[in-house]
Amino acid sequence: MVRELPMGPATREAYGAALVELGKSNPNVVVVDADLSKSTYTTKFGKEFPDRFFNVGIAEANMVGIAGGLAHSGKIPFCSSFACFLIDKGYDQLRIAVAYPQENVKVVSSHGGISIGEDGPSQQSIEDVALAVTLPGFVVCVPSDAVQAKELVKRAADHKGPVYIRTGRPKVPVIYTGGEFPFGKSSQLEDGKDLTIVANGLMVAEALKAHDALKDDGITARVIDSYCVKPLDSEAIERAAKETGALVVAEEHSKFGGLGSVVAQCLAATTPAPIEQVAVDDTYAESGTPNQLLEKYGLTWKHIVAAARKVMGRKARPSSPPPSAGTTEENAPHPFEV
Amino acid sequence: MPLTVDELKVKAVQVRRDSIEMITAAGSGHPGGSLSETDLLVALWFRVMRHDPKNPQWAARDRFILSKGHGCPALYSCMAHAGYFDAAILPTLRKLGSPLQGHPDRRFMPALEASTGSLGNGLSIGIGIAHALKLDKTDARVWVVVGDGECQEGQIWEAAMYAGAHGLDNLTLIVDYNKKQLDDMVKHILPMDPLGGKFSSFGWNVMEIDGHNMQLVVESLEESKKVKGRPTCLVAHTITGKGVSFMENDPKWHGVAPTKEECAKALAEIGA
Repeated sequence: MVRELPMGPATREAYGAALVELGKSNPNVVVVDADLSKSTYTTKFGKEFPDRFFNVGIAEANMVGIAGGLAHSGKIPFCSSFACFLIDKGYDQLRIAVAYPQENVKVVSSHGGISIGEDGPSQQSIEDVALAVTLPGFVVCVPSDAVQAKELVKRAADHKGPVYIRTGRPKVPVIYTGGEFPFGKSSQLEDGKDLTIVANGLMVAEALKAHDALKDDGITARVIDSYCVKPLDSEAIERAAKETGALVVAEEHSKFGGLGSVVAQCLAATTPAPIEQVAVDDTYAESGTPNQLLEKYGLTWKHIVAAARKVMGRKARPSSPPPSAGTTEENAPHPFEV
Repeated sequence: MPLTVDELKVKAVQVRRDSIEMITAAGSGHPGGSLSETDLLVALWFRVMRHDPKNPQWAARDRFILSKGHGCPALYSCMAHAGYFDAAILPTLRKLGSPLQGHPDRRFMPALEASTGSLGNGLSIGIGIAHALKLDKTDARVWVVVGDGECQEGQIWEAAMYAGAHGLDNLTLIVDYNKKQLDDMVKHILPMDPLGGKFSSFGWNVMEIDGHNMQLVVESLEESKKVKGRPTCLVAHTITGKGVSFMENDPKWHGVAPTKEECAKALAEIGA
């Protein structure tokens, strides 16, 4: 039986709430938005602190540049729009006005992934994490629930340097009641010995359900919430590879350049292990309800379970005892194959 | 101590000589735009701007952004002679390890307010700084220099629309209107006229002057400090390669270094 998780607020709602708290505690916190403040939830900050809120209109490039200038002058700007517009349209400015001079800008997107649903691919973002991780010096986070999102936003304000946090549109299951969530770390939610599921964003809840389904079949999966894609908690990932021997990486993003790529890069260097990805294939999605899209594009616990079985079939065979006569490596049945 | 107009003219000669020598030594760079913008930069750094080379992070300083970052040789020369660093390092332009990077880079020279080189970025950064200065209730100003070709970037117009609508009167934009870009004359690539009219329609106070008339340049920049409720755009009509006859008005000198012989000829024309 897979667990039922209580539904909580969307991560973007947590962002809006965290901003208001930050605005009260730190007069240097300012917010820039590009006419999507009702969707990104920065509007609450704007109402509370109108002097420190700059709605630049539908002009993301200018917005990111302005954020760079505000940071250069000692402010702590939070800069928000939909993930695809903020990162893609503001990318040159993220390079020149933020990453290159290492300005203290906090880039917080909403509507990451395909779970925004009916608006379709022009508004969905499957590339933002890949684009963000390649910006030198950026911390990149994908929170899984509202509690974690709020904590990460507050942590971003205290961190000196550029940060990208991706939030989502739909309400998401509650994973946490509290926690610290330092940058460069991860959160182990379940332990297991047969494989590890590494996930972030709304795929963490799916990973927990997949854990339960696998457990019913006698397979124990470690579940790691890798909320910080960069810097990756390489110590936890390498330990998982050593101790469980196979990994599934699940994310609501293109399979190119996101968490899956970062985990693979980490392990290839130190602890090679078979990896299967649960991510959006080399394609754009379409209009539909969030759940229809997550099902059609392969982002549910059932897809994680299938990937888990597949990756376990690729595990290195035990080196001893040696195969008996007549049984070759190739045709020996694997204990986990189904 | 602010210089007189005559002293500024002498300083401009020095800066033009430096630009030519630096680019020749580097074997690459952008002489045309460095020479066209020189009188504007000299007026700002030696007369108009409030700054202190001994205290480059002074909170009350004016902020300068060279958005057309390829014009950095003239900027480096101004900053060296203003006292930010030893002019002896000017010949290290574009050399490995030099703070005088091919385009302005704050990592190597923190006195620079922005790292630029990808055209179109400087005005937005200047707007952010202008907002922050107002929040901090300081009367420091922001000075941004862009090229006319650079104004083909969409971001310039996002920023122009915004600064005009928000009445950022602590911001002065100077367009080095030399009418040349890399490939050809601006009018043959994408005409910008009426450039002043465009800024005017976006709510800016616009002044249009001869960008090589030092008296006028100084007066106009000073005038922009007094304008309330609107940002100022100074459209400065300039000449690519100003001061070197074989470079003047020739787009070919946008991004080509002179040979040693050409350098000697150029220096002889610029004078001493």
